[in-house]
Amino acid sequence: MNQSEFVKIITPFKDKVFRLAKRLLVSTEEAEDATQEVLVKLWDKKNGLDKYNSVEAFAMTITKNYCLDQLKSKRAGNLQIVHNNYTDGQAGMQKQLEDRDSLGWVEKIIDGLPEQQRMIVQFRDVEQYEFEEIAKMMDMNETAVRVALSRARKTIREFMTKTHNYGIG
Amino acid sequence: MELDRIEILLEKYFEGETSIAEENELKAYFSSADVAQHLEHYKAMFGYFSSAKEQKFEQQIPLKSKKLQVAWLSVAASVVILLGMFTFYNRNISQSEDLGTYNDPEKAFEETQKALNLLSKNVNVGVESMQYVNEYQQSKNLIFKN
Repeated sequence: MNQSEFVKIITPFKDKVFRLAKRLLVSTEEAEDATQEVLVKLWDKKNGLDKYNSVEAFAMTITKNYCLDQLKSKRAGNLQIVHNNYTDGQAGMQKQLEDRDSLGWVEKIIDGLPEQQRMIVQFRDVEQYEFEEIAKMMDMNETAVRVALSRARKTIREFMTKTHNYGIG
Repeated sequence: MELDRIEILLEKYFEGETSIAEENELKAYFSSADVAQHLEHYKAMFGYFSSAKEQKFEQQIPLKSKKLQVAWLSVAASVVILLGMFTFYNRNISQSEDLGTYNDPEKAFEETQKALNLLSKNVNVGVESMQYVNEYQQSKNLIFKN
């Protein structure tokens, strides 16, 4: 496989890889690094790619695992700081919600969800994958995916209703 | 699109039971201008999903194998180290070769004479001590001759 063939394969989904990485890592720079890392990994495996039914699903799985590893190592590195950030973030969230534009709120809420739900929302509501594909990429069964998705959507709804009412009152 | 249908779809949506087509219907409804007032707070949510899909990865893809880069980097590093060692060594040599020089020939002559005097004096020290040995040899000859 030469370079241009490879680029042709990855072009349809490289943005999806980036968006998933950004959903998990939040920081744009880190997401860009992660995307490059994933694409390089794919390039190194370019001769074995024919084995996979869907290179895209394979790429998404690599991205998911890579980002979760990144998060884990970061957390192991400075557990205390992350924990402080977490409580701070919760306290400041309501305040931040007020002066951000409404799309920004939604992003904040989604980024506050547990990682698994965040990924499923990303896969379903943003990238619009079928449940079957999501189940494969997440290594879960379809029912569990639906349950997690429903939980995530309800959490988002709860926040949206709260901020909406706050805006009126 | 009738409101009833949207409300049913929303219900299904939050249970995670809508299909992609139904979700697209919801997205279309909430991006339209006439959203029912009591549903307005969902607008941002569906709007966000559509806008989030617009983000693009715009960096160059580093397809050159990384291993090669590392190899070249190490070659470059060793060249730099070699050059560094070479110039350092050279400089040390040229420093030790530089024993000082005089531009004025007269002064150079004087200094050379001084140096040679010093040398001969020290040589004479050795020779003087040889005189004793010579004396000893003479007396030995005197005694053992006859």
